[in-house]
Amino acid sequence: MKLLLDKAHIEGIRYYDVWKKNGGYQSVEKALKMAPEEIVEEVKKSGLRGRGGAGFPTGLKWSFIAKPEGVPRHLVCNADESEPGTFKDRYLMEFLPHLFIEGMIISSYALGSNTSYIYIRGEYAWIPDILEQAIAEAKAAGYLGKNILGSGFDLEIYVHRGAGAYICGEETALIESLEGKRGNPRIKPPFPAVQGAWMRPTVVNNVETIATVSPIIMIGGEEYGKIGVGKSTGTKLISACGNLNKPGVYEIPFDLSVEEFIFSDDWCGGIPKGKKLKACIPGGSSVPILPANLLLKTAKGDTRLMNYESLADGGFATGTALGSGGFIVLDEDQCVVKHTYTLARFYRHESCGQCSPCREGTGWMEKILLAIEKGKGKLSDIDLLWDIQRRIEGNTICPLGDAAAWPVAAAIRHFRDEFEWHILNPDEAQTHNYGIAHYADPLEIAV
Amino acid sequence: MVQFSEDKLKKVNEIIARYPEGKQKSALIPVLHLAQNEFGGWLSPETMDYVAGLLNILPVEVYEVATFYSMLNIKPVGKYVLEVCQTGPCMLNGSDEIIQYIEDKLGIKPGETTADGLFTLKPAECLGACGYAPMMQLGKFYREHLTKEKVDSLIEECKAGTAKVDS
Amino acid sequence: MADVPNFKVTIDNITVEVPAGTTILEAARKIGGDIAPPTMCYYSKLKGSGGKCRTCLVEVSKGSEKDPRPMPKLMASCRTTVMDGMEVKNITSDRVKDARAGVVEFLLINHPLDCPICDQAGECKLQDLGYDHGKAGTRYEFQRRTFPKHNLGDKIQLHMTRCILCYRCVMTAEQLTKKREHGVVDRGDHAQIASYLDQHLDNEFIGNIIDVCPVGALTDRTFRFKNRVWFLKPLNAHRDCPTCSGKVTIWNRGDEVFRVTARKDQWGEVEDWICNECRFEKKKTSDWVIEEVSPVSRHSVINQNKYFNLDKPKETIDEIIGKKPRLFLDIHNVSKVNEKNRDLSMIEGPANSKDFKNKQQ
Repeated sequence: MKLLLDKAHIEGIRYYDVWKKNGGYQSVEKALKMAPEEIVEEVKKSGLRGRGGAGFPTGLKWSFIAKPEGVPRHLVCNADESEPGTFKDRYLMEFLPHLFIEGMIISSYALGSNTSYIYIRGEYAWIPDILEQAIAEAKAAGYLGKNILGSGFDLEIYVHRGAGAYICGEETALIESLEGKRGNPRIKPPFPAVQGAWMRPTVVNNVETIATVSPIIMIGGEEYGKIGVGKSTGTKLISACGNLNKPGVYEIPFDLSVEEFIFSDDWCGGIPKGKKLKACIPGGSSVPILPANLLLKTAKGDTRLMNYESLADGGFATGTALGSGGFIVLDEDQCVVKHTYTLARFYRHESCGQCSPCREGTGWMEKILLAIEKGKGKLSDIDLLWDIQRRIEGNTICPLGDAAAWPVAAAIRHFRDEFEWHILNPDEAQTHNYGIAHYADPLEIAV
Repeated sequence: MVQFSEDKLKKVNEIIARYPEGKQKSALIPVLHLAQNEFGGWLSPETMDYVAGLLNILPVEVYEVATFYSMLNIKPVGKYVLEVCQTGPCMLNGSDEIIQYIEDKLGIKPGETTADGLFTLKPAECLGACGYAPMMQLGKFYREHLTKEKVDSLIEECKAGTAKVDS
Repeated sequence: MADVPNFKVTIDNITVEVPAGTTILEAARKIGGDIAPPTMCYYSKLKGSGGKCRTCLVEVSKGSEKDPRPMPKLMASCRTTVMDGMEVKNITSDRVKDARAGVVEFLLINHPLDCPICDQAGECKLQDLGYDHGKAGTRYEFQRRTFPKHNLGDKIQLHMTRCILCYRCVMTAEQLTKKREHGVVDRGDHAQIASYLDQHLDNEFIGNIIDVCPVGALTDRTFRFKNRVWFLKPLNAHRDCPTCSGKVTIWNRGDEVFRVTARKDQWGEVEDWICNECRFEKKKTSDWVIEEVSPVSRHSVINQNKYFNLDKPKETIDEIIGKKPRLFLDIHNVSKVNEKNRDLSMIEGPANSKDFKNKQQ
């Protein structure tokens, strides 16, 4: 069942006329006849969880927004999609801008935001043109501007382009950046819902989250909540990449098994050249990597499904997380040490440098991983890495510290033998990879 | 002399008007993009001071921001900046070989500019095109599914001045 | 102003009452002693400071009377306000001690370990932090990050290599001067304090950034390497200054004034901001009316052999553990050294000076 990408195949769907002809803007017309509180209620009933990675219930987040008399409120869309492995929001904005704009209008109306912003990562330099065109078209059709559809609700949407900083995907850093400052995350509290952009109550939501509000209004929150498995309601966009025959953006039902998603021809079509599956990071680079055996089945032996609960089954010891849906597959010829190093380099590069554990720790981990990768590591480096990530995790201002710590922790937890092989066979490690043999039984490793 | 045209100044005011009154600093990053495009692909101290004046903020506030974001260049760059992604998913698909190939072909190391001032090689961290790896950003657009042949023809296009880098 | 209710908060088993809105750190400072978490970036006089260094992390083991759930993460005590009935563990928490040792290690991996040649030695907060909370030895085996030294004008030197990016000097400039000229540029582990174009910082209160710097990153060029701080005697002094309060500490050796700083309170924070003229130009004893010897923490190396009759800091150990500590060896009972009117040379024992003299004969 497709709720978001059901019209993606239609020629010219990017443009207003085609979009409108195919049932576009019905959700806006329906929503503006409802009271804002009713929309919040529908979203609560839908069980929609934030699609940016943290999975926080969207309706609940909306209900936190403070409403002080006479102070404007803002909706800011987080389109700073920068998590390695994640490119689903780009797809939505590039190919279905009007779906997204519909979601923006309804969400702004629900939150009482008369000026809403789309903070898009600077590298997506051509997408603001697409969005601005869609906004202009919507405005010309009367869905934006003053007194929309006679509802008395005014709304302007502006696209704000960032300039290259992963950290601006963190909501308070995004707000700082929107205010024209360095992307240093704020120390919470106060939370954005109370004091956000320009000290006004602000809600920051991911692109996919906002786009999903449109189908929720169309089919009703209760109906939406019935789709899916347990607390994973609705559908989810997964951006699949790495070693796959058919990488790309897929809208999946939550009862799809991981195995089917990777190997079925309806989805990713398996791994190129018939190679074996070695490992996978299913939710964007920050979530724990899992070896094939734990990816396809949980530690209890159940089939692992593509949803929040099933992927998280077993905690970080034997599980992982759905995160942002950036699904990275490693085949048997890939080196986990090198892959972990590139991620550590990424987090060092993207650390804002504000708090000490992240600023210093990310660089330290990168250096050690590079040394191991280049055959200059020591066995004690593995425990040192473990110790460094442990002392970063949870001790930083924002979740970037955790995001940098978890991939390293998981790589050591599940692929310690590969690290040791790298260190003990430095010359061999320069010419070929460890392969997929002999995974340590992860259940035996203390966490 | 750094000075926006009338047209661009109008654009600047349009951008400032998007934000609440008195919060014109919010326009800083969009205006810096504009300035970088306009004044040679990088932000000279003179350019930054000019932007500070336009937005009525302190020069140091501009320096702080310009040095934070990876897309804002505070040193001169070549006419074409080849920003090749090298993070995890691109690495799995051979971005290292692409970077090495460009290094060898142009005779420059990452971060360097060719002597003719035409190319700068700038390895980048995840650009959000993981499914279409390996890839690079060239000007405004992404070049995806890179191969050595594609890199060759891209470099030829740049040399001929026909590469599409802006709309 | 409406009455602010008082909240009861228990930190390391000691309960204190503070007005709502007080941070855990300020409540802990009210108790004093070892209960007060160390701070590297927080500065009560600077609005918006704190939260960055992570040395003041504490464990909140009970959120409040109403919601007793513990907070899952360690909290930055400088930026977390107390709730009524909150229970906090600082030095009684192993998690806190471990995290703090981690922070010390992180702060030191790129900081030069050359205290003997640093002008800040003896009054460096990072040195103190390392002694109190760090582990001996370093596990960092890579090249340390270095930056060239910069002169921010003729009075202040910036050595970024020693900086821990506490942002205090930036906030000082922001809050004391109308036109801030320096800030934090670049990002991540390359972030640095800079004026970007190597401008001279030019403001009559800018000298205060030297006093707020916890490490030797910002130093007084009129004093650098003229003397070691522990050879100097700090004296509270004042003068009639048209610009600032004129209340300072002058640091003398004999009658010579080596440097002038602002007066600092027991937490090492400036009491009154002073102007550049007082700080850099008034280097004669005759410029000043001397009041008294400045109180210096008994732990400080500057204190060595200089002071008598200082208030003894409050000992909190029995309050923390809820009883008198049981000592392995109570030196007061065993040793005769502490007996009143005891002539030390008369103590019987394996060796005393008398024995020593006898042997020589």
